[in-house]
Amino acid sequence: MSAGAEGTGARGAETTGAVPAALAEIAEDFRAMAPKDRLQLLLEFSDGLPELPERYREHPELLEGVPECQSPIFLLTEVGGTGADAPVRLFFSAPPEAPTTRGFAGILAEGLDALSAAEVAGVPADITEEMGLAEVVSPLRLRGMAAMLGRIQRQVREKAQLGG
Amino acid sequence: MPAPLDPAPDFADYAHPEKLVSTAWLAEHLDLVGTEDLAVVESDEDVLLYATGHIPGAVGIDWHLDLNDPVTRDYVSPEAFAALMERSGITPETTIVVYGDKSNWWAAYALWVFELFGHADVRLLDGGRAAWQAEGRELTREEPSPAPAPYPVPTRSDAPIRAFREDVLGFLGGQLIDVRSPQEYSGERLHMPDYPQEGAVRGGHIPGARSVPWAKAAREDGRFRSRAELEQIYLTEQGMDPAEPVIAYCRIGERSSHSWFVLTYLLGFASARNYDGSWTEWGNGVGLPIAIGEEPGEIPAGARR
Repeated sequence: MSAGAEGTGARGAETTGAVPAALAEIAEDFRAMAPKDRLQLLLEFSDGLPELPERYREHPELLEGVPECQSPIFLLTEVGGTGADAPVRLFFSAPPEAPTTRGFAGILAEGLDALSAAEVAGVPADITEEMGLAEVVSPLRLRGMAAMLGRIQRQVREKAQLGG
Repeated sequence: MPAPLDPAPDFADYAHPEKLVSTAWLAEHLDLVGTEDLAVVESDEDVLLYATGHIPGAVGIDWHLDLNDPVTRDYVSPEAFAALMERSGITPETTIVVYGDKSNWWAAYALWVFELFGHADVRLLDGGRAAWQAEGRELTREEPSPAPAPYPVPTRSDAPIRAFREDVLGFLGGQLIDVRSPQEYSGERLHMPDYPQEGAVRGGHIPGARSVPWAKAAREDGRFRSRAELEQIYLTEQGMDPAEPVIAYCRIGERSSHSWFVLTYLLGFASARNYDGSWTEWGNGVGLPIAIGEEPGEIPAGARR
């Protein structure tokens, strides 16, 4: 799992854009695997989810909850400045008893961190269904990942003042 | 041959002490796990938890993926159940010990489904996954590869322990317990605090149902309360009669499986059923009356059993 984050070129502020390369690669990795191996890869993302940086660890109130997930998860975006090119950082906090949720967060962290605001805001919402995960975690559980992505995109649009 | 019983004195007062094993008992019998005598099954809310580490020899069985048939919105067919048991190395004579996260909600649900299919000896690990983990006991990521065991296709028998909406409609005025949170019972919320809204259009409860949240039966550490404490809650405070039939429900049937286990096996109610359609069905059902607020509410005229 490389943290490759080269953009795909679409830098406009249009609402829906291309799937960023890093995220597309992750989706392709999942799809290419047998269902049982997809769970293992999801576990690797769960294990590899970066810890919250020191500056947020003492400030849980700065993080937004995602009640659509079965287990508690909190997320936070940092946007450097405003506009389509503003760089985005993503931070997540979820307990070890919630590995599925941590796995979803790990995918989004690796697939979207350090991209531009327009790229993050433009990720098609149905990308979460393009990884072959519904059959290994159940469609109901997968809704949590779509909810996380939606919240990330809303925060990024607001902070970068993308409008639309 | 079934596995030996756990003689723990903590269990002796329960109506059916043979339905529980302690973490200490399981730790002593780990060498039996995976033989035809004893299978350990982990069943969780979080489907990936099993892969992060499980009790050595345990197989993972998931409610959504293994026990539920999304096409019929029902449990899997008897053929599919037999196939699941076969690949899990379980015969009809095997003792199954189920454990899981969230105070054993999903484990109790799996146990209830195994009993629908008539499996003879299914027990719960008291305290579930959290208790095992808190005691620093061994967890492994190594998945067992059980030798396939013969499991004849069973007959599913719903009537004794499962209630359908028509059964509940005909039971209004009987001992009905709503085990959701008080806010879900009153109609203030449609789902558990911090949980997703899973699609009920009305808030409230089934008329006449008493509010007895499932968690009252569990201690802080997830283990069951003592028989005396449970009698205080269900018999003294709620005035329930173990000789009379009872139906429990929640939102999707998992928390009420926990309460069903308590009523049936710890308190010895003669007839307890789980209404697994629960509030996601009743809250949306055409022609099904509800009550709102903190009181059980009136049974609509003509609906009383």
